[in-house]
Amino acid sequence: MEASKVIHAIYNDDDILMSAVKKVKAERHHIEEIYTPFPVHGLDKAMGLAPTRIAITSFMYGLVGLTVAIVMMNFIMIEDWPQNIGGKPSFSYLENMPAFVPIMFEMTVFFAAHLMVITFYLRSRMWPFKKAENPDPRTTDDHFLMEIAVNGNEKELEDLLKETGAVEVNLIDKAH
Amino acid sequence: MYTFSNKLKTSSIILMVLGLLGVGYGFMTSHKSFEEVEHLIASEGAHHGGGHDEAAAHAAPSHDAHATDAHADDAHNGADAHKKHVEHVQHQIANRPWSALYVAAFFFMMIALGVLAFYAIQIASQAGWSPVLFRVMEGITAYLLPGALIVLAIAVASGTIGHYNLFVWMDPEVVAHDKLIQGKSSFLNLPWFIIRGLVFIAGWSLYRHFSRKFSIAQDTAEDNSNFKKSFRIAAGFLVFFIYTESMMSWDWIMSVDPHWFSTLFGWYVFASMFVSGITVIALITIYLKSRGHLEFVNENHLHDVAKFMFAMSIFWTYLWFSQFMLIWYSNIPEEVTYFVSRFNDYKLPFLGMVVLNFVFPILMLMNADYKRIPWFVVMTGLVILFGHYIDIFNMIMPATVGDRWFIGIPEISSILLFAGLFIFVVFNALTKAPLLVKRYPFKKESEEFHY
Repeated sequence: MEASKVIHAIYNDDDILMSAVKKVKAERHHIEEIYTPFPVHGLDKAMGLAPTRIAITSFMYGLVGLTVAIVMMNFIMIEDWPQNIGGKPSFSYLENMPAFVPIMFEMTVFFAAHLMVITFYLRSRMWPFKKAENPDPRTTDDHFLMEIAVNGNEKELEDLLKETGAVEVNLIDKAH
Repeated sequence: MYTFSNKLKTSSIILMVLGLLGVGYGFMTSHKSFEEVEHLIASEGAHHGGGHDEAAAHAAPSHDAHATDAHADDAHNGADAHKKHVEHVQHQIANRPWSALYVAAFFFMMIALGVLAFYAIQIASQAGWSPVLFRVMEGITAYLLPGALIVLAIAVASGTIGHYNLFVWMDPEVVAHDKLIQGKSSFLNLPWFIIRGLVFIAGWSLYRHFSRKFSIAQDTAEDNSNFKKSFRIAAGFLVFFIYTESMMSWDWIMSVDPHWFSTLFGWYVFASMFVSGITVIALITIYLKSRGHLEFVNENHLHDVAKFMFAMSIFWTYLWFSQFMLIWYSNIPEEVTYFVSRFNDYKLPFLGMVVLNFVFPILMLMNADYKRIPWFVVMTGLVILFGHYIDIFNMIMPATVGDRWFIGIPEISSILLFAGLFIFVVFNALTKAPLLVKRYPFKKESEEFHY
C-alpha cells in the first residue's frame, strides 16, 4: 500500500543534500524523490539509481537510420530507375556507394538524435501543457527537496532529517 | 624513477638485430639483373597473362619518358617496349627494400611527432586530466629527433646512394623528359628538400628540448615561471607545427607521386600521426601501469585517452573519405590515377585499412565501459597501429613498387628494426626523470581526475 503521508525535507546546499542522502540511505529509509534546481553531480549514484540505457537506444536508432538510407537509395537509384546521371555507375549499390555516404551519415545521425530525444520525452513524461509536478516552487531556484514516505515513523524521520541539516521539514498529507 | 628492465632492453636489441639482418637481406636480394627480371616476367606471364599492360600503367614518369621515346623510333617499338617494361619492373623490385625501410621509419617517426603535438595541445589548453601522463609523452617524443633524421637520411640516400628509389623527381634523367616535374623543380630539388627537412626537424626538436627542460625545471622550482614559459612555447610551437607538418607531408610523402596533388593531404597525414601517437601513449601507459610504475594513473585517465583514440579514428576516416570521395566524384584524370592504381593493385590494404582504422575502433570503443578495460584498449590500439602502418604503406608503395608489393621479409624486418629502436630510445628516456611531474599547477587536479 502506498503511503499517503510524505515528509518534505528542504536543504539549501547541494553538498549538505549529498551527505543527507547518504545518511538517509544508511538508515535504510526509502527516498521517493529529490527535486533540485540543477544537476547535482553524483546524486544518482548516491541514491542508487540504475544507470540510463538511453545511449543504447540511440545506437539502435542510428542503425535503423542507416538501414533506411541504404534501402531507400538502393531502391531509388539502383533498382527503380538506374539512370545514367553524369556518368556515375548505377549498376550496383557498392559501385556508387561513395555518393550515398553523406546521406547515409546524415540519416544515421538524424534518427539517432531525434528518436533518442523523443524516447527521453516519453520516458520522463514531458510534453507541452503538462502539469508541472514540483511540490515547492523554490526547488526551481535555490532549494533542494527530499521526499520520503512515512509509515507511522514521522517523529524518528523528522529528527533524522533535522540532524542532516534540513532547513525545513514538513509533513505533507497526499491523501486529498 | 623508472628503471629500464633488462628483459625489455634485450628484447629491443634483439628486435633491432633481427630487423637489421632482414633489411640487409632485403637489399641483397633486390638487385636483379636484366635477364633475371626478364625470366621472372616470362614465368609470371605463363601463370596469368597480361601483366604487361598493367605494369605499363604505373609510375607515370617512366611511362612518359617511354612515350616520347616510342614516337622517336617507331620501328623498334616492340623490342624497345619490352626493354622498357623489363627495366621498369627491375626498378620496382630494387625499390622495395628502400620503400619498406622508409615506410617503417616514417611510421615510428610520426608516432613521436603526433605525441609531441598532443603534448603541446595539452599544455596550451591547460588540460586538467593529462599532467600525470606528461612524462610518458615526453619519453615518447625523445624518439622524434633520431627518428626524423633517419627518415630524412633515407629519403636523401635514396636519391644519392640509391638509384632514385623513392622520389623520381630526384632523378635528373626523369626530370629532363618531364614537363610537369620541371614546373615543380623550384620546389622539388634536392638541396631545398634537405634544407626544408632540416628546418622542420630543428623546429620540432627545439620545442621538444625546451618543453622537456621547463617540465623538469618546474619539478624543483619555487614559482610557476617554468610553467608559463612552457605554455608560451607550446602555443608558438603549435603554429609552427601546423605549417611544417603540412609541408613535411608534401615533401616526404606526397612527392613520391610528383604528378599528383591533394589539398587536404597535410591534414590527412596529421590525423594519421595524431591517432597513432595517442594510441601509443595509451599502450605505454598501460604497460607501465601494469608494472606498477604509474599508480597515480587510474581508469579515468585511460577512459579519456581511449576517447581520443575513438574520436581521432573517426576524424582520420572523415579526412580519408573526403579526399577519396571528392576525387572519385569528379573523376578528373590527372587526380584520379592516384586512386586508380591503389584500387587496382592495392584493393585489400586500401579497403582493409578502412575496416582496421574505422569500423573496428568505432565498434570496440563506442561503449564507455569498454574504454576503461586495459586489455580492450590494448587490443584496439594494436589494430589501430597496424591500420595506420598500412595507411603509410598505401601512401608510399604504389608510387615506388607498384603492383610488386608484398608484406614480406623487407617490410616486417623494417618494422622490427624501428620498433626495437623506438622501444630502446623511448624507455631509455623514461628512466631519465621521475614518472610524475612535481609542482605542475594542474598536477593535483589530474591526480584526482574522475570522469
